[in-house]
Parts: sequence; C-alpha cells; structure tokens
Amino acid sequence: MSFDFSEITNNGGYLLEGLSYSAQLTGFAMSIGIVAGSLLAMARLSSIKGLSLAASGYVNLFRSLPLVLVIFWFYFLVPMVYGEPVGADRSAYITFSVFEAAYYCEIIRAGIQSISRGQVSAGQAVGFTYWQNMRYVVLPQAFRNVLPLLLLQTIILFQDTSLVYVVGATDFLGSADKIGHRDSALKEMYSFVAVSYLAISFILSTLVKKLHQRIAVIR
Amino acid sequence: MLHYQWNWAIIFEQVPGTEEYYYQWLIKGLELTVATALSAWVIALVLGALIGIARTVPSKWLSTLATAYVELFRNIPLLAQLFFWFFVLPELLPQAAGDWMKQSMPYPEFITGVFGLGLFTAARVAEQVRTGILALPRGQKNAGLAMGFSLGQTYRHVLLPMAFRIVIPPLTSEFMNMFKNSAVCYGIGLTELYFQLRQITGDYAPGNIIEVTGYVTLIYLTMALIVNRSMAWVERKVAVPGTIGGARK
Repeated sequence: MSFDFSEITNNGGYLLEGLSYSAQLTGFAMSIGIVAGSLLAMARLSSIKGLSLAASGYVNLFRSLPLVLVIFWFYFLVPMVYGEPVGADRSAYITFSVFEAAYYCEIIRAGIQSISRGQVSAGQAVGFTYWQNMRYVVLPQAFRNVLPLLLLQTIILFQDTSLVYVVGATDFLGSADKIGHRDSALKEMYSFVAVSYLAISFILSTLVKKLHQRIAVIR
Repeated sequence: MLHYQWNWAIIFEQVPGTEEYYYQWLIKGLELTVATALSAWVIALVLGALIGIARTVPSKWLSTLATAYVELFRNIPLLAQLFFWFFVLPELLPQAAGDWMKQSMPYPEFITGVFGLGLFTAARVAEQVRTGILALPRGQKNAGLAMGFSLGQTYRHVLLPMAFRIVIPPLTSEFMNMFKNSAVCYGIGLTELYFQLRQITGDYAPGNIIEVTGYVTLIYLTMALIVNRSMAWVERKVAVPGTIGGARK
C-alpha cells in the first residue's frame, strides 16, 4: 500500500475552498439558528396556546426527520419557489438555518427553564415588560448556562455540513471526493478528510470544555 | 410551481421497464432501513455499554483507551466514517483481506453500513452510560464494596442496574437517531428508503418529486413516532420508584 501525500499538497487550494465553504455554512446557520431558535424557545414557553403549539410542532417535525431528507426537500423546493436554479451550495444555507433552529431551540429552552421563577417575578416587580425581562434578566443568564451546549451543537453542525454531499455541493468532503474520483485517489482524500475533521472538531471541543470550566456558575 | 402536475397516485403506478410498482420499492427500502437501524443498534448498545463502563473504572489505561474511542468516533462526520470503512479500509488491510472485502464479502453496503453506524453510535451510547454511572451517589459503590462485593460484582449487582434505568430516556433519542442516520448510508450505496427516494425521483419520476418525497417524509415521521411511543412505554416500565420520573407506590 502506498500513500501519495502529493495528492493533498497539489490540491491544497481546492480543498481549502471546500473547507471555507463548510465554515461559512456553519457560521451562517449558527447565527440564524440561534436567533430563530431563541424566538422559537420563547414561543414554545409562551402562555399563548396556538403559539406554543406551532413552535413545538416545528421543532418536533425537524427533529424527527433525517437531515439528508431535509437537505433534499430544500434542494428542489427552493428553485421551484424562486423560479430559477439556485444551486445546491446556496440552498444549503436555508436548509441548515431552518433545520438547526429546531435543535438550538431545545437547548435555549432548557436554558430558559433553568432560570428560577423568582427572577422573572423580580423583573416584573421592577416594571419590566415581557421583552425587557427577556432581554435584561432571563436570556443573559439562560445563554450563560447553556453556552457550552450551544457551542457543542455548533461543532455537530460543522460535521453535519458534510451531508450536503448528497446534493452534490462542494463542501470540504465534497471537494475531497471530487479530487479523489478525478485522480483515483479516494484512499488519500478520504483519510485526509477524516483526520482533518478529527483535528478541527477535537481542538474545538477541547476549547469548549475549557470555557465551560471557566464560566460555570458556582452554586 | 405554476405548471406542476400533481399526481398523488404515483406510487401505485408501475415502474417503467419493470414488473414492480413504486410503492414496492419504497417498502423494500423501508425494510432495509429498519434492518440496518436495528442491527446497528445491537452493536451500538453492547459496545457502547462496555466502553461507557470502561470510562468509569479505576484502571488508567482502560479508561484512557475508552476515552480515545469516544473522541475518535464523535469528532469525525458519519459520512466520512462510512467512506473510510467502505473505500479506505480494504486498501489498508493486508492484500488478501482487502481483496476479500472488495470482491467476496456478502452484502458489502449493508455490512459496512451496520458496522459504521454501530461504531459511530456506540461512542454516543458510551457517553450516556458513563453519565448514568457517574450520576449515582458515590455511596452506592462504596456500599457495594463494603458488603464484600468485588468491583465486578458491584458493577453487576449495584451500579449497572440503576445506571441503565437512568439512561433510558437519553438512549431513546439515540435510538431515534439510528433510524435517521441510516439514511446517510445512501452515500455508500445502501438501497435503503432514502436511496429509493433518490432513485425514483432521480431517474423514474422526476415530475412527481414533491409527492414521492412527501410520502417518504410521512414514513420517516411515522417511524419516529413509533420509536418514541414504544420507548416511552419502556421508560415507564423501568422507572426507578421514588425518583421524580418513577412510579409512586
């Protein structure tokens, strides 16, 4: 068995483009996902029956479906609605934002529920409206409590972006796959991808653990 | 969107050039999805329990090894792992074994899919089991040892029966993930439900992509619901009396 390292160095630019797409997709879906997830979490905990039902329906729907199925839905639906071809790379931005919002929602909901009722009452007692109470009392504490979980979910999201492979987008795995097929170097490419994901995710999750130890509230 | 020709009866039509109907393809795919998920779950549960236990034992090298396993399998995307097992492993093995894997191993996609999914999920199961064991009060282990139990007996009779009952709720979602993740095996060509969907909407009935995908979505939702309900039943059966989730007697 021989391992041709020049395959990797010769195609460094293309692989880096793939990795940067994966990173951008992760960053975009995380930002939208956390904002939408917070709104969904508030809706789920709302006393307005219809709102909380709709939000939990949304969350349960997306959490019950395989991500590759959702990727496929948006892959053909977005161009149909939009009226012209959009491309797998771009429709994935919508897919991951919509899908990840459901997962972030559950984490943020747990965060909100970890806040004691007295905090909410105290906020109301000083005359805060619902939104002020959320903004200044509940959410800052909720986010602090679940920050490590949100970041770990983002690492999972980063790994999950590799699934855009099923609609042919060129993310990190997709770029390696295309080179591997062109040069008959699947062995080199797939090994390189696996080791790179391992290194990136391991370093990030170690950092999250460190952060967790630093910010954990001492009770 | 304006000129879409709806045809919800599409799945009862015959596949052109074959004797079969579309719904039969979907059922075949569903059978393979269930078979893959259940077989992989057996591997994940047994291996995951062993690794989870290994992470809590006082032996340094054993717990390090188990931690390394968990980190390795949790930090590489499932699809990349499946590609590795399917395309790279036969090249790394000695010639004879590699050739056997490539040429004469029966059902290569199924076997690779089951082991790939099983090893991947084992790392997650191990984390839950470890958490379950660590959630027990320290006194339980000491009590076992004080009774004259060996460490093995303490695990077998004191710690594990409690830990497993505690971890059943989080294991539910891992079990559900198994059915969802089996769709990723499409990447190595396993002809499960998602594969059938892509084959039908790709080559045979691209004009009715919404209907066929809709049906497949309903099948996945039903599966999730069944798994969820049956695990809730198991949860009630094994709940530890006296805890918040447990039955009051």
